[in-house]
Amino acid sequence: MRTKEAAAGLLRYRFLLANLILKDLRLKYRRSVLGVLWSVLNPLLMMLVMTAVFSRIFRVAVENYPVFYLTGSTLFAFLGEATTGAMGSVTGSASLLRKVRVPKSVFPLEKVLFASVNYLFSLVAVVVMFVVLGQPFHWTFALFWLPALFTGAFALGVGLALASLSVFFRDIVHLYSVLLVAWQFATPVLYPYEALPESIQALMIWNPMYHYVQVARMVLMHGIVPSAKEMAVCAGMALAALALGAAVFRAKRDRFVLYV
Amino acid sequence: MERDALIDLRGVEMHFNMSRERLDSLKEYALRLAKGRLLYEDFTALAGIDLAVRRGDVLGVVGLNGSGKSTLLKIVSGILRPTRGTVRVEGTVAPLIELGAGFDLELTARENIFLNGAVLGHSKREMRARFEEIVEFSGMRGFLDVPMKNYSTGMVARIAFSVATCVRPDILLVDEILSVGDHQFVKKCEERIAGMMAEGTTVFLVSHDLAEVRRLCTRAIWLERGRIRAEGPADAVCAAYEAGG
Ligand SMILES: Nc1ncnc2c1ncn2[C@@H]1O[C@H](COP(=O)(O)OP(=O)(O)OP(=O)(O)O)[C@@H](O)[C@H]1O
Ligand SMILES: [Mg+2]
Repeated sequence: MRTKEAAAGLLRYRFLLANLILKDLRLKYRRSVLGVLWSVLNPLLMMLVMTAVFSRIFRVAVENYPVFYLTGSTLFAFLGEATTGAMGSVTGSASLLRKVRVPKSVFPLEKVLFASVNYLFSLVAVVVMFVVLGQPFHWTFALFWLPALFTGAFALGVGLALASLSVFFRDIVHLYSVLLVAWQFATPVLYPYEALPESIQALMIWNPMYHYVQVARMVLMHGIVPSAKEMAVCAGMALAALALGAAVFRAKRDRFVLYV
Repeated sequence: MERDALIDLRGVEMHFNMSRERLDSLKEYALRLAKGRLLYEDFTALAGIDLAVRRGDVLGVVGLNGSGKSTLLKIVSGILRPTRGTVRVEGTVAPLIELGAGFDLELTARENIFLNGAVLGHSKREMRARFEEIVEFSGMRGFLDVPMKNYSTGMVARIAFSVATCVRPDILLVDEILSVGDHQFVKKCEERIAGMMAEGTTVFLVSHDLAEVRRLCTRAIWLERGRIRAEGPADAVCAAYEAGG
């Protein structure tokens, strides 16, 4: 019942949602000569650095490292941007919260959607690299939205919880930025799963981002449709995060205005 | 519970904790927890508020600074959730409490009108349909495409008031917002508010101008340190307030 009401509230405020996303986009690309192109260029430049470091210097044994890296790192960057944005979204909207009544979940949701738009731009970088390196396109590339959807839903759940907590404990922001770096190293983004010791491989099944990155590489790189079981695991983890994050947010949202 | 009341407050209490600033880091929190004292300095801004407002009532709210008038309006508008008690509000609410929520002064007035409308929960279509009227009422047509950072305070208030009142609401909450406009615009605003009253809109009017309260309101309440000190016909309450405050 409350979920239904919340959904109706959000629907009514979709124009606000659209406006906030546009505002963020304008802010991000204002005064930069290359504009939106940066969303494409940034992952590509990053890829050059990582390829040089990991493929040439550390000699990580992966076929077609640039594509391997790019398919994983763009998805992880999406998670990072979405959760970090959502975390600061409530405290960042203090002036609005104090002045009008709006469904408070608009703010984290907006940041996750904004990050999704940026993820789409960065997928252009992936396409460019496929073309440049002669990587074949499989039909499954059209399923790119699948890992994005899982990651987005998962990030929204994490973001809702972080947004609530950061209202009361501002230093969560600093802790999380460190945690995010650790999390990326704990996820096979820069190196392949096979490079991990077996004991750690066994732990990987508990890392949602491991699953989402795997699925992204399956559909983008390898032309494999993930198994029903794999998809169920992905969706289950996303829904669990969403339920937990929403519960935390709902429990705390009435007190936000007193602390921002 | 009053059956035909549009707004019904029962046993409403609002607490603020005044020492919250010092407790926003994990370290502080852990330290306090270790010491076994997580007590905040509690401040009661409103207590024991029972209030029923019927359709078409124009309720004046008077009281000294800090007596809880704005807090009461924020509870009715849903910005604040009371610490205790129940709040029932039926119908659409136009809060003229803090105008111009969501204004981005870097943007032009045209952009801000849409942004502010979105913040108030209007759709794009509604805003398109009302845009002309908003611009007309504000009298700012000549400055539509100027960034609002170049506006004067009164000019910003004109745009904000025009957006906030573009839809006829069931309930209008007015918190001393007319102080920055020039006499011409204040007159226009008062006319619009009076027009809404005539059409049966319920109004909450917070004002320090007792003449205004007497002129516009049918009923009034007098708040003193967060409690209702007197309630009744506007004239009587204003007279008591003048005598006792
Ligand atoms: N967010 C808040 N946090 C802590 N205390 C608050 C908060 N908002 C209001 N208060 C306190 O609640 C009391 C009532 O404030 P309120 O703004 O409702 O007064 P008011 O009657 O509108 O006064 P004025 O006539 O000056 O507008 C004040 O003592 C104020 O310090
Ligand atoms: Mg006030």
